Amino acid sequence: MPKDPIIKTEHLRYVYSEGTPFEKAAIDDVSIEIEKGEFVGVIGHTGSGKSTFVQHLNGLLKPTSGRVLIDGQDIWEKGVDRRKIRFKVGLVFQYPEYQLFEDTVFKDISYGPRNMGLSEDEIASRVYEAAEFVGLSEDLLEKSPFELSGGQKRRVAIAGVIAMQPDVLVLDEPAAGLDPKGRESILRRIREYHKARGSTILLVSHSMEDIAENASKVLVMNKAKLVMYDSVDAVFARSQELLSIGLDIPQITRVFIGLRKRGFDVNDCIYTVKDGKKEILRALKEGGAGC
Amino acid sequence: MENESINPILETQNLEFTYSYEDGISNKVLNGINLKVPSGQFLAILGRNGSGKSTLAKHFNAVLLPTGGKAYALGIDTSDETRTYDIRQNVGMVFQNPDNQIVATIVEEDVAFALENLGVPPEEIRRRVDEALNAVGMYEYRNHAPHQLSGGQKQRVAIAGIIAMKPKCIVLDEPTAMLDPRGRREVIETIMKLNRDEKITIVLITHFMDEAVRADRVVVIDHGNILLDGAPRSVFSNVAMLKSIGLDVPQAAELLYELNKSGEKLPQDVLTAEECIDALATLLEESHCRKIR
Repeated sequence: MPKDPIIKTEHLRYVYSEGTPFEKAAIDDVSIEIEKGEFVGVIGHTGSGKSTFVQHLNGLLKPTSGRVLIDGQDIWEKGVDRRKIRFKVGLVFQYPEYQLFEDTVFKDISYGPRNMGLSEDEIASRVYEAAEFVGLSEDLLEKSPFELSGGQKRRVAIAGVIAMQPDVLVLDEPAAGLDPKGRESILRRIREYHKARGSTILLVSHSMEDIAENASKVLVMNKAKLVMYDSVDAVFARSQELLSIGLDIPQITRVFIGLRKRGFDVNDCIYTVKDGKKEILRALKEGGAGC
Repeated sequence: MENESINPILETQNLEFTYSYEDGISNKVLNGINLKVPSGQFLAILGRNGSGKSTLAKHFNAVLLPTGGKAYALGIDTSDETRTYDIRQNVGMVFQNPDNQIVATIVEEDVAFALENLGVPPEEIRRRVDEALNAVGMYEYRNHAPHQLSGGQKQRVAIAGIIAMKPKCIVLDEPTAMLDPRGRREVIETIMKLNRDEKITIVLITHFMDEAVRADRVVVIDHGNILLDGAPRSVFSNVAMLKSIGLDVPQAAELLYELNKSGEKLPQDVLTAEECIDALATLLEESHCRKIR
């Protein structure tokens, strides 16, 4: 059964500083359908338009032309309550820890649910649940967010968005600036959240390794245009094109593409060390069997 | 250490540092670091968040002073306050966030900022600013406003501001953490060029192992101690140890390490995709693996 698109854009275009000498189309003619429950990696180098694109999904930016439909609803149609759209599509910005403002962690996480008009009980249960999802222990909830470490603050900010239980969760570089252990921890939480809730996730990242390990589909932006939207395998198979637009592919993938070029019968759609190990061991075993 | 004979440009002896807070709590971040950095070296210091690597970096130009042991820059004891300016003129620092380091509204004025404060004659300033902007590949942007630049370009302007002072050494504290892959490449290539052409000693603090791989030497810090110290190739062969302290190794190195655990005999000092392909091709060839066609 084909899934309904939760996000749909039609010929979306956004122009900065229109009518001035600095006029520039940040996104141009972007038409896409993203299915419910998909985990989409969004890639493209700085200035490609990927951040501008995701800011359209909850109505933060108004298209210069074209339409944005969330769950079939044109969000800029007359009479649409865009606040409700923002509860449905949660956006976590880059370096969200700079956006904390309340005097306790609990209040900060509860800000969104409170605006939704939920009961106190429901707010509290959502705060606890969101805190647990991001791995914040309960004793931190009464602390000031400003007493926490950078990594903890970032989790508070993410919890504040997921406490609204959005159908779509958009995260712009949630692991930027964290060390490898911190990165993995945040990404694992997001993965678990996706699995538990079945929400649609859009993960903007510069790290192809992170995208390869988490996403099911990849959306590639370049110079304001949508250039690819396909499965991880199909996108990474176009490695030359990715390189030509200033992007990279995981080192492990380059190793397997290289082996295949040298004539070895190995799968070159390998994105993780774990799969790479399996593939080499398989090739060795079958080779030993006298092929 | 092999460069023992060269007078080190930076040196620490049993360096300790403890942060003390008002409420009487203290936190010992460096536990007796002994390090000598020979002049002209490109050293990468790798460690996870909270390992003490930035605290160590701040001792190289007297931003922090040791609470135990000694730190020397160009042979000068950093706790000698009468020499602080000599140290800072010769050991420049670049920080993580480019937006926090740019003070002027025009690129070339920003690069000239320190020189003006030092009272350098105007013609000399003009010459040094042009040289510095050329060295980082930002000369054509000299009349731009900083907000018109990308993150990588801003970091290069920050580096130009440092090299205009003609330092012997530049310490960069996670200069690429906030940049995209292209910006990271620009900054790393600029650093390598300054090291190679201008013979400037480089200390690069990072947790990106692909940057550390390009250094002459890698020092790994954990819990305020030096854990590993050597050429990138030998440091990154310690896959299990690096992973256990929350650092990454190149995927190529990890793959070969994992295969060795499964009983295959593969070299462990591999860093690049090409080297990994060579090693695996040899292995597959030897076991007569199936070829395409």
